[in-house]
Amino acid sequence: MSAATLLLVVIWCSVTAYALLAGADFGAGIWDLLAGSGPDARRRRALMEHVIGPVWEANHVWLIFVLVLLWTCFPPVFSAVASTLWVPLMLVALGVIGRGAAFAFRKAVANRAFGVTFAVSSLVTPFFLGAMAGAIASDRVPPGIAAGAVLGSWLNPSSLLTGALAVSACAFLAAVYLTGDAHRAALHTGEPSKPATDDHPDVGWFRRRALASGVLTGALSLAGLLVTRADAPALYHGLTHRAWLLVVASAAAGLAALVLVAARRYLAARAAAGLAVAAIVWGWGIARYPQLLPGMPVDQAHALPATLHATAIAVAAGLVLLVPSLALLLALFQRDRA
Amino acid sequence: MVLAVADIAPRSQMGFSLGWHIVLACLGVGLPALVLFAEWRGLRTGDPVYRLLARRWARALGVLFAVGAVSGTILSFEMGQLWSGLMDHYGSVIGLPFAIEGFAFFIEAIFLGIYLYGWDRLSPRTHLLAGLPIVVAGVLSAFFVVTANAWMNSPQGFVERNGKVVAVDPWKAIFNKATWPETTHMLLAAIMVTGFVTASVYAVAMLRGRNDAYHRLGLRLALGLGALAAPVQVVVGDWAARYVAEDQPIKLAAMEGLFRTGSHADLSIGGVYLGDSLRGALHIPSGLSLLVHFNADGVITGLSTVPAALRPPVAIVHLAFDTMVGLGFGLLALGAWFGWTAWLRHRLPRTRWFLRAVAVSGLAAVVAMEAGWIVTEVGRQPWVVYGLLKTSAAVNPAPGVGWGLPVLLAVYALLTVVLVAVLRRMTRDIPVPVAPQEADAERYAVV
Repeated sequence: MSAATLLLVVIWCSVTAYALLAGADFGAGIWDLLAGSGPDARRRRALMEHVIGPVWEANHVWLIFVLVLLWTCFPPVFSAVASTLWVPLMLVALGVIGRGAAFAFRKAVANRAFGVTFAVSSLVTPFFLGAMAGAIASDRVPPGIAAGAVLGSWLNPSSLLTGALAVSACAFLAAVYLTGDAHRAALHTGEPSKPATDDHPDVGWFRRRALASGVLTGALSLAGLLVTRADAPALYHGLTHRAWLLVVASAAAGLAALVLVAARRYLAARAAAGLAVAAIVWGWGIARYPQLLPGMPVDQAHALPATLHATAIAVAAGLVLLVPSLALLLALFQRDRA
Repeated sequence: MVLAVADIAPRSQMGFSLGWHIVLACLGVGLPALVLFAEWRGLRTGDPVYRLLARRWARALGVLFAVGAVSGTILSFEMGQLWSGLMDHYGSVIGLPFAIEGFAFFIEAIFLGIYLYGWDRLSPRTHLLAGLPIVVAGVLSAFFVVTANAWMNSPQGFVERNGKVVAVDPWKAIFNKATWPETTHMLLAAIMVTGFVTASVYAVAMLRGRNDAYHRLGLRLALGLGALAAPVQVVVGDWAARYVAEDQPIKLAAMEGLFRTGSHADLSIGGVYLGDSLRGALHIPSGLSLLVHFNADGVITGLSTVPAALRPPVAIVHLAFDTMVGLGFGLLALGAWFGWTAWLRHRLPRTRWFLRAVAVSGLAAVVAMEAGWIVTEVGRQPWVVYGLLKTSAAVNPAPGVGWGLPVLLAVYALLTVVLVAVLRRMTRDIPVPVAPQEADAERYAVV
């Protein structure tokens, strides 16, 4: 494997990590928006805040990491994407500011406006990130600076559908993860006389939403396949030929996640839901490889070899520090307070 | 230098969002060290005042870091959204420090999560240790980001042929001639901003009558940090200016408003640069030649050596430079006053003028730091990469890009107002007792 392909794999793994980790944080914000009012809603919001509080900043860094690796290793791809898609990127920027700042403010000072900003931004950000992904995947971002249409590149069936799919997938991931968190919280706070924690209203609340959003995500994925057939033939061809196994795997894992949630096997359901989303991300990547942008394959897009080698070394050294730190963070806060 | 309107909006947007983020970035570098120091002293002495200080500072750090993380993300978007030409052309040369910075930022965010949320979950010692990576990673991430800016001032480590980069040595690009003076100058500025801004909060409270042990300690620790950094910064600033004199003579000429090349160049303080001459300035004869060459016969290059189109906006650069140096020496004097009284009399100066000076020192430190960035960024114009790529050639030509500026200005104005309001509310929601007890520190919730 060439250094460029290796780094492309690292970038794609980071995209996957961002989708599975930060995606769930956005999803929690979406459920925050839909939680309603009253004491039950307050408790559910508190649970979501408790779960994402320690981890959301680290999860957010995956996005920055993807951007810096992209501009270091594939500068023409980064400049083409960011210049053509500057409008949705600006909207993502506003979503990032609104979500992060409002979340931090809400923790410090209770105020309804912060809650609303946090929740709305959590919906807006994945939508426009998805729309950008749809624009790239449907070959609407040509190589060159601002070479694509400033509006048409992301206001089209593929982009809008991918945006909706991203929102739905985030909500699905969050609901599946949170059902497990609610179950665990109920185990610890439930009265000893009532050991059947699945009867806890929060567990049921998240479980129903996991099932509903799972069905919606599956339907949007199918619709996406049909839309790409008409709107993005190259992607459709890749998805139905080279990447067909991943498409099938995504569908199978999604179904498995639904069954596992229904069967109250929450830990296994998390893995299956994550796999379903990861398979979509990799299905897209494999379907289009080695084309990064239309007419620009990997070997025409990568930076000079010296840069790639230095970056590969830096990434390898960085991962040695990063992986245990990340494992420590996630383990520490998935474990319950003594 | 004449600018098209299409150029001004992206420059202003980048300058504004960078200038805004830098204040938070400075606190992100300096505040963790201050928090850890207070926590460590609290552990060693058992003094609840130290421990309460550490917890309250950590709570503010949590909010500031989150806002800094998102405002920093915006900058990475803007690198492509606004400066696509720069990234397209030189992305492979200056990408590596950003990739390393990405890891440093990761470590920072991970351990900040552990540190803030682990206060009551980890043993005191482990908790203190969990804070150390935040300090180290904060310094490293600031260092690597600034190396990329240093490279724009002193582009090295690559070969260009027919307008295309054909060979690159990314490590040489990171460790270029500007790297050490610029990063050191910036890190010290971050420490000064943290120290003086934090101290000014306590000075304001003390002026309002809260003259208790908690406020005195908060002021002493923070001002101590600023006072230690100020004299070092004077020496490092001189080093940075020497680098500029050697490598970017036109920037130095703009800083001093010097038009003609020659020996016995004056050091000019104040004045307004208008129509190729500096008016109304105070001149120290041969001062500039002496400072740069230690010799009055030393020749200093003037602005006249390059065509007008290749000169930066001199009036702005000169004013910003004088502002930075003036405020820097003011902060040095304040730190010396504080240090002198602390050393001789083991207390704070008693006059209210001291507290008034500390109260404005935070703003002064921020203005000095921003002025320094104006010197280095505006002073480099019309180049984005000194001598190689003009800013006007690097900008994204997509239609409507200029609309980003008003949107961003509105959002950041709102963000500033809300951030200040939230920080003020945080200090009042759980008021500090006049004499904090063990339980006050133990029960104070960080998150």
